[in-house]
Amino acid sequence: MSKQHEYVLRTVSERGIRFIRLWFTDILGQLKSFAITPAELEAALEEGARFDGSAIDGFSRDKEADMLARPDPTTFQILPWRPDGGVARMFCDVETPDGQPFPGDPRGVLKRNLSRAHDLGYAFYVGPEVEFFYFRDSGPEPQVLDRGGYFDLTPLDVAQEYRRATIMALERLGIPVASSHHEVSPSQHELNLRHTDALTMADSLMTTRLAVKEVAMEHGIYATFMPKPLEGYDGSGLHLHLSLFLSDENAFYEQGAEHGLSKVGRGFIAGLLRHGREITAVTNQWVNSYKRLVTGFDAPVFETWGRTDQSAVVRIPITKPDKASSTRIEYRAPDPACNPYLAFSVILAAGLAGIENAYDLPAEGGSASGAHRLPSTLSDALDALEQSELARTALGDHVFEWFLRDKRREWDRYAGHVSQFELDRYLAVL
Amino acid sequence: MFVPVYPASPSSALTAAVIGAGYQPVPVEDVATLVARTPPGGWAAAIVEVVEDLGRCLSVAAKIGGELGVPVLLVIDRTMTLDVHDQAGFTDFILSPIDRVELTVRMARLGAAALDSSEAAADEELLRFRDLELNTATYQATVGGHPRDLTFMEYELLRFLVENPGRAWSREQILAKVWGYDYFGGSRTVDVHVRRLRAKLGEERSSWITTVRSVGYRFG
Repeated sequence: MSKQHEYVLRTVSERGIRFIRLWFTDILGQLKSFAITPAELEAALEEGARFDGSAIDGFSRDKEADMLARPDPTTFQILPWRPDGGVARMFCDVETPDGQPFPGDPRGVLKRNLSRAHDLGYAFYVGPEVEFFYFRDSGPEPQVLDRGGYFDLTPLDVAQEYRRATIMALERLGIPVASSHHEVSPSQHELNLRHTDALTMADSLMTTRLAVKEVAMEHGIYATFMPKPLEGYDGSGLHLHLSLFLSDENAFYEQGAEHGLSKVGRGFIAGLLRHGREITAVTNQWVNSYKRLVTGFDAPVFETWGRTDQSAVVRIPITKPDKASSTRIEYRAPDPACNPYLAFSVILAAGLAGIENAYDLPAEGGSASGAHRLPSTLSDALDALEQSELARTALGDHVFEWFLRDKRREWDRYAGHVSQFELDRYLAVL
Repeated sequence: MFVPVYPASPSSALTAAVIGAGYQPVPVEDVATLVARTPPGGWAAAIVEVVEDLGRCLSVAAKIGGELGVPVLLVIDRTMTLDVHDQAGFTDFILSPIDRVELTVRMARLGAAALDSSEAAADEELLRFRDLELNTATYQATVGGHPRDLTFMEYELLRFLVENPGRAWSREQILAKVWGYDYFGGSRTVDVHVRRLRAKLGEERSSWITTVRSVGYRFG
């Protein structure tokens, strides 16, 4: 038995764990879970735990009914929000019954992409800014808790206590929070997580979304990562600070270069700008995501880069001269309702394409291609995705095709919806 | 703690003293009963009270001490002191009438002897730094006696640091020694785990792991 398996088994018996939750993620980024007891744990670690995948989005073909969840013992963690401490979780890799990686498993997709970067010598690191709203409940009319604004302090920021409790829970889960504050919109908040390697961060984001919602529920309120819940106010983004490391070195940094950006760094940005449209359906996967990507708010609209321009999709954060090695790229398109495994996969693929093909970085504020704007609807984004060999390769055929099919259906349903906007404007005059 | 007492009807003075010393007497008729009633953790010590037949009591004591390896405290009358002088099979003796404090001390020595040997084994498996304890047998970490929920790699990193305090290690060295293989995360993985460890150790202990500029990390 490996030491990691032994560690998990010993901890379960020493700490009186009664249930082990096995976590995995569907293609749309919903966390899925089933529980096993300590008696079943050893077999689950060695052989994987069998579950019925037929009810899960993207797993739903008949022959995929029986699936194996193989726990990743490095992710074993006791869940802090159970008062009796008797529940732990592990993330799983999903396999087919014959033990092959299941191509519809987003975690497996990210691992495959990271392995490709690894072969080139790169380690991909991500530090996210997670924005979300607190509402009184999950009813159809969102009710804000406050009218506070950016960096407001109490008493306008009544949610301080919820943020504090969330941060405590995250730290106990081994997810260090760099900072947190009230965001621009009423009842909107932000957590900045310390950067980690992309796989750990995708796991951490899944955990963070759950922790934020659990803590809100404990306090009798509701937390949402919906990209744009309030018309007329800023939506919630998931700005991602990206870096590549070559061994110990920050591959984006070059001393004396303009903005401290190395050739690798410039190539990565150029890749994001050129392929940005193609991957937006993945980083912004809902009809509602595109209500956020509009002008007039702190959201990116153009496929440009800049140092201070809020409407550019790529920003180079200005680093202090003595902190030059923290040179990084901020990709501002994604929203927190994305599937982090798939979003990181396509972002990495776009950046690596820029490096490998040595794309030229356009001037600051300029654009890489004829299309200057990010897709303005899910439908536009899906059209761009469908044409993308880069996205197909990064996601794999199974995820690529299932995703397009499912999202086209979502768009079709939306396209047939008659909204209040139309009734208010047209009914009385047409 | 339960302590077997032979014979099955010990003197009331002994029973009172055993209970007074904080033990629960378990009267046994013979060695077979003693074996049959062994608790899951085994007996820490046994008491044999010599009431009439010294030879029979000594042979029972020898079986308990020799065959079962349970330390035996012999309770004898002052007049028997010379009789047991060159006898084997018991670990210690005490004279009746029993002094309760003396019984407490002698039982503690026997119990302590038994506990000591298991504690000595456990001690080798225990790594300590200030109020931090790492049990390398059970993989548990406690700070100030309270358990900390570490992942396997966090535990392994902390263990490496506690075992190798006072010197600076580069990220590459730590990666090679703790992870032992090249990982997706590369050597920055070490930074990530150090931050997570600092978060889990808590603010006042986070400075145990210091960042050594342009080198790596040092513990303690």
